[in-house]
Amino acid sequence: MRTSECDMIIVGVGGQGVILISDVIGRAAVMAGKPVCGAETHGMAQRGGSVINHTRIGCRFSPMVASGGADVLVALEPGEALRFAHFLSPAGVALVNTRPVLPATVTCGMADYPPLPEILAPLKAQCSKVIAMDATALAEKAGTAQAMNVVMLGALAGYIPLSEEIIVQALSLVVPPRFLEANKKAFALGKAEVE
Amino acid sequence: MREYLLGNAAIAKGLLEAGVGLVAGYPGTPSSEIIEMLVDLKSERSLHVEWSVNEKVALEVAAGASWTGCRAAVTMKHVGLNVAADAFMTLAYLGVGAGLVVICADDPYCHSSQNEQDSRRYAQFAGIPCLDPKNPGEAKEMAAFAFEFSEKFNIPVMLRPTTRVSHARADVEIGPNEAPHRQGKFIKNPARRVALPIHARPLHSELLAKQAVMEEALESAPWNRLALRGKVGIIASGIAGLYAEEATHELDEDISFLCIGAYPLPKKLISRMLEHVTRVMIIEELEPVVEEQVQILARIVNPNVEILGKEGFIPREGELDYFLVRNAITRMLGKDERVAPHSPAVSILPPRPPSLCAGCSHRATYYAMRKVFGKKAIYPSDIGCYTMAVNMGTVDTCLCMGASITLASGIRFGGENEGICCSLGDSTFLHGGMTGLLNAAYNKARITVTILDNSTTAMTGHQPNPGTGMTATGEATVQVSIEALAKALGAGMVETVDPYHMDEMLESFQRAKEYPGLSVIIAKQPCVIKARRSGARPKPFQVSADCKGCEVCLDLGCPAIEFENDKAKINALCAGCGVCAAICPASAIQVVAR
Repeated sequence: MRTSECDMIIVGVGGQGVILISDVIGRAAVMAGKPVCGAETHGMAQRGGSVINHTRIGCRFSPMVASGGADVLVALEPGEALRFAHFLSPAGVALVNTRPVLPATVTCGMADYPPLPEILAPLKAQCSKVIAMDATALAEKAGTAQAMNVVMLGALAGYIPLSEEIIVQALSLVVPPRFLEANKKAFALGKAEVE
Repeated sequence: MREYLLGNAAIAKGLLEAGVGLVAGYPGTPSSEIIEMLVDLKSERSLHVEWSVNEKVALEVAAGASWTGCRAAVTMKHVGLNVAADAFMTLAYLGVGAGLVVICADDPYCHSSQNEQDSRRYAQFAGIPCLDPKNPGEAKEMAAFAFEFSEKFNIPVMLRPTTRVSHARADVEIGPNEAPHRQGKFIKNPARRVALPIHARPLHSELLAKQAVMEEALESAPWNRLALRGKVGIIASGIAGLYAEEATHELDEDISFLCIGAYPLPKKLISRMLEHVTRVMIIEELEPVVEEQVQILARIVNPNVEILGKEGFIPREGELDYFLVRNAITRMLGKDERVAPHSPAVSILPPRPPSLCAGCSHRATYYAMRKVFGKKAIYPSDIGCYTMAVNMGTVDTCLCMGASITLASGIRFGGENEGICCSLGDSTFLHGGMTGLLNAAYNKARITVTILDNSTTAMTGHQPNPGTGMTATGEATVQVSIEALAKALGAGMVETVDPYHMDEMLESFQRAKEYPGLSVIIAKQPCVIKARRSGARPKPFQVSADCKGCEVCLDLGCPAIEFENDKAKINALCAGCGVCAAICPASAIQVVAR
């Protein structure tokens, strides 16, 4: 028996803007009159560590998505997609930004970063569909690399039970007005990637 | 109206709706955002909000306000209550004026903490009621309820969110704020305000007598809910109740359920559960606080009931989660457990631990420290971002706030003859390091104390402290000189240096190392994150063709330095500190000309 309408996991590296995505979705869900809850990473991990956010639409239980239960995994960084792949349900979809952020363990030469195909292959085995895109390049095209998270939000929009209008409305509450146009452009570019 | 709120924001809103007049606290994950939210809303309110110097100070300030008829709250993380425990324990005897709420956020799994102590034990120990919310909505309701309860029973009330409540978000019903409840009059009453033995003895009796009355009143609290169904039952507290409810819902099992959100425990509800079932499982994070009480009650009510819990079913450490709770329940029912999915390919990923930022001055200070004091020296450290530099070899200890200096003293007095150079941040020094420095001076400890002064409380989100010249609400205030403080506390040698100036840093450490007494180095440079936010854009650096690939710069461990084809390369993270350029033997790192 399902205990939520849609479960998603949003992952990335501290500072990439994971929280903004869930904040927008949460606000949009409230506007749509749906119960919504989520869990965030604050504190130590925000200093360049792995961050994970759980968001559950239409859910009155705990804010944490169960392992193997996520309908969507949004990854702002490819390695982090694989790190949290166990959250994906076999029927789930993974949306992945292909631009790596090298951890200090790699820049210092203590570890290697695997090539992209080696990351995406096991991810594909874990779920029904993987959509990979260079969201950072798309954000640059929209006017600011900072809006990479909004590109991914645009891609996510097609996979959650909320209308695009309401998500964009929530986005405009969260993004400073002077960056809104670039962010709307980023959103549209992300959306086009999954169509 | 409903809003999507962070648990801590919901708590802040609950305080405002209850007419709080004063909130004090010390930053600590996962509690910090409560005061930050109140600061954001402060302009429309006439309440006093402060970042106190430490948790003990915060609780005492809040108690003073409460005794002056002003509803007061104090915020801290679980380990902060250890610092505030002295005041906490006796306040239970003395009682309150207007409502006093102690918000103490626990961190099961040590997401961002040095231990995972369970504050419900503290509440029980002190005889103080404890409200244990399972989600942001409940946390908000409890924050408001706590004031009324505190006033009714003349006792401080603990609100104990955990990380998964404080840092959860949910749609929460919000209402209008109330004007601060504030009489502004301290009424003298030595029998209730002066903890002399002659007063404390009757107050202790009163506190003990209060327990049964409070328990009676909390039996009917909306957060203690009993639903009697099948002969198998679950008693769950806080967020564990949500995991358990979700699991029973998904499993579609006819299980009796008692959800607990308020302590002292509702013994009548527990007894009714124990009379009804033949087997019961207690599901709670960390300590078996509920389970122990259930064991005691079962002996009286139904000695034959089978009680399952910490022994073999629910771990006593770490966080619970849906999977773990679901499997414990299916095991209790004799059904198949679900195997947790995992992806073996994860092993190909490089670890991504949190680390110091590119350009962080702590890295430069630690580099110079290690260079001068050497590998054999002992490096007691402390609590802050700099603890993440454990790989640099300059973090040999981390115990509790301010303990670097006192541990260093003890290591010296314990007979260690190597160099001893300890380190702690400005906020940590002001929180709990000053008494240790005074003690080191008084007792003649021959150590070097390095104060990593980045002029903020960085790890918890850049809160101001007395060294920054700014209050929690952004007002200008006295800017305490750490250098003058260190001298006043008795340090013999005190120097302030800029860690970005590597030569001066090395010379300063050299003098400190040779100094025959207590020396203090203040390594002063603003936090790079904060500097960037306030508009600083120093020019980045790049590597020229002169690079010999000697890897000296890699020693810094700066995330902006990469190695490609055996040559160094500086990436986009470069914050322009220039420390790598200063240490490059080939002078191959230069500033990028704009």
